[in-house]
Amino acid sequence: MDENILSVSGLKVKFDNHVILDDVSFDVRRDSTLAIIGPNGAGKTILFKAILGLIPFEGKVEWAPKVRIGYVPQKLYVSNDLPLTVSEFLGFKEKNMGKVTQILDEVGLGESNTREAHRGHRLLNTRLGALSGGELQRVLIVFALLDQPNVLLFDEPTSGVDISGEETVYSLISKLKKEKDLTIIFISHELEVVYKHADTVLCLNKEKVCFGPPKDAIDKQSLAALYGEDIHFYKHHNHENSHEHGD
Amino acid sequence: METNLLFLIFVGALVGAASGYLGSFMVLKRMSLVGDALSHVALPGMAIALVFGVNPMLGAILALAVAVIGIWYLGEKTEVYPEALVGVFFTASLALGILVTPEPELLEALFGNLENIRLVDGLVTIAAAIITFLVMRQISKKLLLGVISEDLAKSTGIKMSQINLVYLLLVGLVVALGVKFVGTLLMGALVIVPAAAAKNLAGSIRHFVFLSSFLGVLSIILGILSARVFGIPSGPSVVLISIGFFVLSYFINKLRG
Repeated sequence: MDENILSVSGLKVKFDNHVILDDVSFDVRRDSTLAIIGPNGAGKTILFKAILGLIPFEGKVEWAPKVRIGYVPQKLYVSNDLPLTVSEFLGFKEKNMGKVTQILDEVGLGESNTREAHRGHRLLNTRLGALSGGELQRVLIVFALLDQPNVLLFDEPTSGVDISGEETVYSLISKLKKEKDLTIIFISHELEVVYKHADTVLCLNKEKVCFGPPKDAIDKQSLAALYGEDIHFYKHHNHENSHEHGD
Repeated sequence: METNLLFLIFVGALVGAASGYLGSFMVLKRMSLVGDALSHVALPGMAIALVFGVNPMLGAILALAVAVIGIWYLGEKTEVYPEALVGVFFTASLALGILVTPEPELLEALFGNLENIRLVDGLVTIAAAIITFLVMRQISKKLLLGVISEDLAKSTGIKMSQINLVYLLLVGLVVALGVKFVGTLLMGALVIVPAAAAKNLAGSIRHFVFLSSFLGVLSIILGILSARVFGIPSGPSVVLISIGFFVLSYFINKLRG
């Protein structure tokens, strides 16, 4: 059962003859955690959309049989006046609210925590547009988890997360992985979390720049190919300011 | 006469409910102006039907079907929503429709006329309203998920493109039915205004969709009654009453902070 869950070969995406991704090939092992890094405009989100089949592409994208994919999109602009509550939103996928609250618990939005006794209930009746960035992202994670996926595609887990969240989205991901048979593919800007949470990294800048375990794959050469020659900002240490923010 | 009025009110209420229901999604999809402009397309269809001596409702349905497929195609196949193009196309069809429509029927086509609603129109309307509600029951969740994020919806296996087409066809159908009551110039308002009013008041989708349908029904019923009482055309009276609800909802929303 340790075969590949996803196999991508010769992937090419273009919009109006403008090549966004060219000749990207990689495999993802079952139960692994793959991070995709690269500068803005490198085609990371486009790569996600292609492997999800949301946009046309050339080349091959092969998922293992019986794969169930959960997708957590990067940004969701939910208008504040959209009259849609969290429970209605999650109800699109799951009618059984018992199951919904159980998964809310798992991602730290539930009622089991006594200090937050009414939080799950309050949250379910809150409008989607009124949630904080961190809450919305967790709700989207819950939405993805309701189908009991065995692959989770996660676009920029930290964008839009509030600092007051009791645990980071990454520790949540780690927790989920321990509890379930789950392959995770995430896009990130922060090299630090790649070292900490991914066992494989794909560096992307329109084409594949590097691929492999983060410690081996991310070197001076690949960083130069990603972010430019004169950038020497990164060392794999845990000192402060050691993470780079894109945008 | 009395049974006739009751029948009109019943059929009208169905049109109001269906318009309000569909309109709530139109507002969420931020297609309000398209909904409004769409109603103008009914006019050339009715005009051509009148020239050939066919039931104008049939002409309206056909013209709207063509327009809806056009809107859908532009929305699906192009990246930027071609708003200006829609504006140009629809005002052009209104202008053409005014030229082609025979003079005696023009006022009625533009503003609606209750006196000319026949039994067969009523029966077609009842059937179409039932179809609308049944189909919407199947697609409303998918449609809503698409409003939040088309990518998210597609990633769960929903064929958004098909859902959008079905939805727009229903809008075209309901607009064609409502034209008899409120006319081509104002039918768009019956789709949009009750929904806009409901959005000011609703706290959840269930509440929103219900309220929008309910305000659509109330607007039609009160509009028909006041048209009868004051001897005015039904179109303006229905629309003005729905606008009254909108103004009211706006202030209620303000008061609640």
